[in-house]
Amino acid sequence: MAETEHARVEETLKRIEGQKGVIGTIVVNAEGIPIRTTLDNSTTIQYAKLFHLLSMKARSTVRDIDPQNDLTFLRIRSKKHEILVAPENDFLLIVIQNPCE
Amino acid sequence: MFTDEAPDPVSLCSLWRRSQQAEQESRGCQTRVVHSAEAEVQTRWATISCTQTDPQYQAKEQLLQQSQDQLEPPGLKDFLQRVEDTVIRELVRNAKSHAFDEFQVNWEDQNQIVSCLHCLQHASAQERGLHVTSVSWSCTGSVIACAYGRIDDGDWSTERSCVCTWNLDRRTLNPKQADLVIDVPTAVTALCCHPNQPALIAGGLYSGEVVVWDTSRTQDPVLVQTGMSADSHREPVYQVAWVPLQKKGEFGVLSACSGGRVLLWTVDSDRGSFVLHAGYALVRQQVPHSNNTSFKARGSSTVGVTSLALSPWDPDTFLVGSEGGLLLRCSFSSQTPAAAPSEGHNVTLRAPAVFLFRPCSGPVHSIHCSPFHRNLFVSAGTDGLAHVHSLLQANPLLSLRVSDSYVFQVQWSPTRPLVFAAATGQGEVQIFDLGNRSLRPAATIEQGGAGQAATCLAFNSHNPHLLALGNTNGTVCIWRLSHDLTEQSPRESSQLEQIANQVAE
Repeated sequence: MAETEHARVEETLKRIEGQKGVIGTIVVNAEGIPIRTTLDNSTTIQYAKLFHLLSMKARSTVRDIDPQNDLTFLRIRSKKHEILVAPENDFLLIVIQNPCE
Repeated sequence: MFTDEAPDPVSLCSLWRRSQQAEQESRGCQTRVVHSAEAEVQTRWATISCTQTDPQYQAKEQLLQQSQDQLEPPGLKDFLQRVEDTVIRELVRNAKSHAFDEFQVNWEDQNQIVSCLHCLQHASAQERGLHVTSVSWSCTGSVIACAYGRIDDGDWSTERSCVCTWNLDRRTLNPKQADLVIDVPTAVTALCCHPNQPALIAGGLYSGEVVVWDTSRTQDPVLVQTGMSADSHREPVYQVAWVPLQKKGEFGVLSACSGGRVLLWTVDSDRGSFVLHAGYALVRQQVPHSNNTSFKARGSSTVGVTSLALSPWDPDTFLVGSEGGLLLRCSFSSQTPAAAPSEGHNVTLRAPAVFLFRPCSGPVHSIHCSPFHRNLFVSAGTDGLAHVHSLLQANPLLSLRVSDSYVFQVQWSPTRPLVFAAATGQGEVQIFDLGNRSLRPAATIEQGGAGQAATCLAFNSHNPHLLALGNTNGTVCIWRLSHDLTEQSPRESSQLEQIANQVAE
C-alpha cells in the first residue's frame, strides 16, 4: 500500500516537472517544512519558509475581504520566473517556472 | 745396670704415601672456542602520515532524505492529485502566454527626464575659444578626460592646448577647475583612455604625433610619444584607439591620420618610446570596388582617414571612414603591400582594405561597432544621416536623418542594444531608439546657444546613465539619461537580430 502511494506521489511530481520551463518543485507541509524538493537545500528552505508565510498571508487577506471566499491558487510573476503556489490546509506545492524559454 | 744399647734401626715404609701415589691420575679437559660475532641493524627512513576527514553536517539533508524513505505523509497523494491538473494547466498556459512580454514594473524611483548633472569648464581654454574635440571615460568610469583643440580651423597652427580630467566621484568636484590639466604644445584631436589602466590616456595631436599620458606621474605626464620621427604621422591624427595585442593583457595604440596612414604602435616602457608595430596605408587604387558604386578619383591618391572603429567581436577587423566618404572594412592581418611610397617607415606598409561599403557624400566623421551584435555598426558624417550597416552588406540597413547639419560623432549605448546617440553640428544630441516604430529621435539633448556644435560624446559603460558631451564652446556636460534609455527591455536583443538580418534595398 505504502509502496504504491509512494509511486503515485512520485509519478504526479514527475508529470509536473516534465512541463515546459519548470525549474523545480517543492512540497511543504503545514508547519512550513519542506518534505519534497528538486532544488538544493538552502534554496528549498528559503522558498519553503517564505512561501508558506506568503500563502498564509494571502489566504487571510482573501478571507478578510470576504469570509465566504477562499484562496485557491497563487501565482507570482517576477522578472526571471513565474512561481505557482497551490495551497491547502496540510500542504503547499510550489512550482518555479521559467516562462520565456 | 745401665748399659749402652745400640738398637738396630728399623725401617718402615709409608703405607699412606704408597696408597696416595698409586691412586693419582692425571686427566685433561678442554672446551671448544667460544664463537662470537657482531651484527647491526638500523632503520633509515621514518615517515609519519595522517589523514582526517571533517565531519559532515548533513542534518538537514538527512531530514529530507529520511522522509522520502518513510511512509508518505497522509493525504499528500490526494493533495498532489487534486492540484496536479490546475498546476499543469497553468504551466502550459504560461509557457505559451505572451501576456507579460514587454511588461515592466517600475519599482525603482526612476528618473524619467534627461537632465544635466555637471557642466565642466576649463577657464583658460574657454578664454582662448578652444573647442572640445574629444571626450573619453576612464576604465573605472569615474574620470572624464577631455581634449581641447579646434574643429573649424584647417590651418597649421602652433596654438597651445590641453587635456583636462575631472573625477566625478570626488566629493570636492569643482566644475570650473579640472583635477588635472596636461599642457600640450598643439591642438589635441583625438583621445582614448586605456581599457584597464585608469591612469593611461592615449592622444592624437594635430601635428601628427601620438602621445600616451600617464596621469599618475606628477612631474611629466608624457609616458611615451612618437615625436617627429620618420615613422610618425605627418598629418593630423583623427582617431586613436587601444588595440589588444597578441600577448594577453597588452595593448597597442592604433592611430589614424588624414594622410591615409593607420599605424599600430606598441609602448616600450623601458625605453620610454613608441615602437611601430605595423603600418597600413590606404591608397585609392587599392580600395576594393563594388559593382553598384562609382566614385571619381579626385586630387591625391591617398584616402584621408577621418574615423576608425574596432570591432569588439573580431580582433582582426577594423573599420575606416574617409574624407572622401569611403567606408571600408579592413583587416589587421592583410599581407598585401600598399602601393604607396614608404616614406622611410621602418615597417612595410600594407593595404588593409577588404570590403567597401556604399560611400557617403561627405567625410565620415564617426563609426562605432555595436556592442551587442557582431555585424552591426553605425556611421555618420557631414550628410547629417546616421547609417546603420551590416558588415556583410554594402548598402546600409537603415539611414536616419539626424540633423540638417553635420554629425560629429555616433555611439551605441553600452546597455541598450537598440539605442545610439549622435552629436550634431547644431548643438543638440539626438538619441535614437531603433525599437520605436518611427525613426524620430527618442530623446534630444539641447545644450548651449545658437551656433555651437556638439563635437563629441561618450557613453559611460560603468555608469550607463551618464553621457558626456563636448561642445564647441569649450564645455563638457555630463548628462543623466532617463531609465528607458538605459534599461534593456526583454525582447530587445531579438529585435536587434532582426534588424541585422534584414536585406538592405
